[in-house]
Amino acid sequence: MPKVVYVSPGGDSREINVPAGTTVMAGALKNGIDGIVAECGGVCMCSTCHVFVDEQFFDRLPPAQDTEEAVLEISAVERRPTSRLSCQIKVTDELDGLIVRLPEKQR
Amino acid sequence: MRGGTVIVGTGQAGFQTAASLRTEGYQEKITLIGDEPHIPYQRPPLSKGFPLGQQDFESIELRPRNFYRDHQIDLITAKKVSAIDRQERHVTLASGERFPYDKLVLAVGARNRTLSLKGAELDGVLYLRSIDEAVVVKERLKNAQDIVVIGGGFIGLELAAVACSLGKSVIVLEALPRLMSRAVAPIISDFYRGFHASKGVKVVCDASISEIAGSGGKVRGVLLADGTKYPADLIFVGIGVVPNNELAQDAGLRIANGMAVNEYLQTGDENIFAIGDCAEHPCEFAGARIRLESVQNAADQAQCVAATISGRRNVYRALPWFWTDQFEIKLQMAGISNGHDCVVSRGNAETRKLSVFYFKEGRLIAIDSINRPLDHMMGRKLIAAGVRLTPAQAADESVDLKKLAGSISTTHS
Repeated sequence: MPKVVYVSPGGDSREINVPAGTTVMAGALKNGIDGIVAECGGVCMCSTCHVFVDEQFFDRLPPAQDTEEAVLEISAVERRPTSRLSCQIKVTDELDGLIVRLPEKQR
Repeated sequence: MRGGTVIVGTGQAGFQTAASLRTEGYQEKITLIGDEPHIPYQRPPLSKGFPLGQQDFESIELRPRNFYRDHQIDLITAKKVSAIDRQERHVTLASGERFPYDKLVLAVGARNRTLSLKGAELDGVLYLRSIDEAVVVKERLKNAQDIVVIGGGFIGLELAAVACSLGKSVIVLEALPRLMSRAVAPIISDFYRGFHASKGVKVVCDASISEIAGSGGKVRGVLLADGTKYPADLIFVGIGVVPNNELAQDAGLRIANGMAVNEYLQTGDENIFAIGDCAEHPCEFAGARIRLESVQNAADQAQCVAATISGRRNVYRALPWFWTDQFEIKLQMAGISNGHDCVVSRGNAETRKLSVFYFKEGRLIAIDSINRPLDHMMGRKLIAAGVRLTPAQAADESVDLKKLAGSISTTHS
């Protein structure tokens, strides 16, 4: 099963097995990663699952759709070039080891 | 030791209150009590991905079961709170068990408005609010062919889209002249009427239903006052909800359209808050006291109350937003359009990219967007900050909303 590494704003990292086909957001919720709120449940209506994707992985993700791009404009911590919504990142075997950093706040 | 915070209701608002209290650093006891037999889950997917088989219960749980233990939240399911003793500050379950509180949060939600028509009790007349009802909807859809949906609001239209996507014959009966009329402008209603028709859903507005026809205790069809009869082996009813006021009413709290709360979401009893679908609160964006049924309202009110209980007294002033998913299109709504006196649009229905801007006395109060997500997100910022945008600017594609929204975040930060 692919692993995803969640890095807290304080720098602590946790490596979690996340089933391929599910999202980085779902993996966080299932495993008690506190920095993901996921208020809208993963439908691109809020920005509370915002993450910064590690540079070495960012270009390997399918690009964000317009809806996601728009939501990133309202994130609680200002978006950066590697910002994504974790509800829109599907985990695959190719992304094994994916590193995402959590922002200071989500709301 | 006193009782800490007791939260009644395990929906989105109740769950979020408990979760946010811990995020706020609240150290006291938290008891979350609900009458549903399940751990807290999301309701929006029940009329969308769940009946389509795209999501199961595990994927719509708000958090897994161990979240509550890990955060010292006592989650009590399948128990109904039957009374509040405000003098003694405790709530009582039907079983007689008592839970003392310092602060009490009523997040008791609403229940479906039911049909009062001949035949309304027939087998095959279904409502949808809970996961248990959604399981029945999903199951009964398997062997049904002719579906009639009563009510052309969000839930009714979402279910119509689901049933149609599953290959069923679907008719939507709406009592008013247009779809979703409580929420959106005629241009959006017209768009959705045409959109549903293009998928094969028959939409009948101004429909006056005289009875549900049946035989052998089962639904067979719907009869309109004008004599039209539509066959049906399943009927979905989505005609609104009524807030669950009884608990608060019996405790002597003031009831209006829901439990009446002030700008801190407090009832007349300073230790009792009411939030979510059941609370009538002052809303600056509506310029009125309103009751809203939405995820945003539930989650933001929960957050507000959690902050107040944790010692950071907090006026509620979040901008309302909503969405509905029907077939492949998401309608995004920001603000409250009630009382608008001017409507302009960007884009058009033909390209299925359309935003409608609502103004009241020259002020932008709401935006509805179809496939124009940036308009929606920037609209939230513009409306929340009260930025001046004229109808002419709103209708002019060359006016960059993102730039306008960017200018406010600098002046307001």
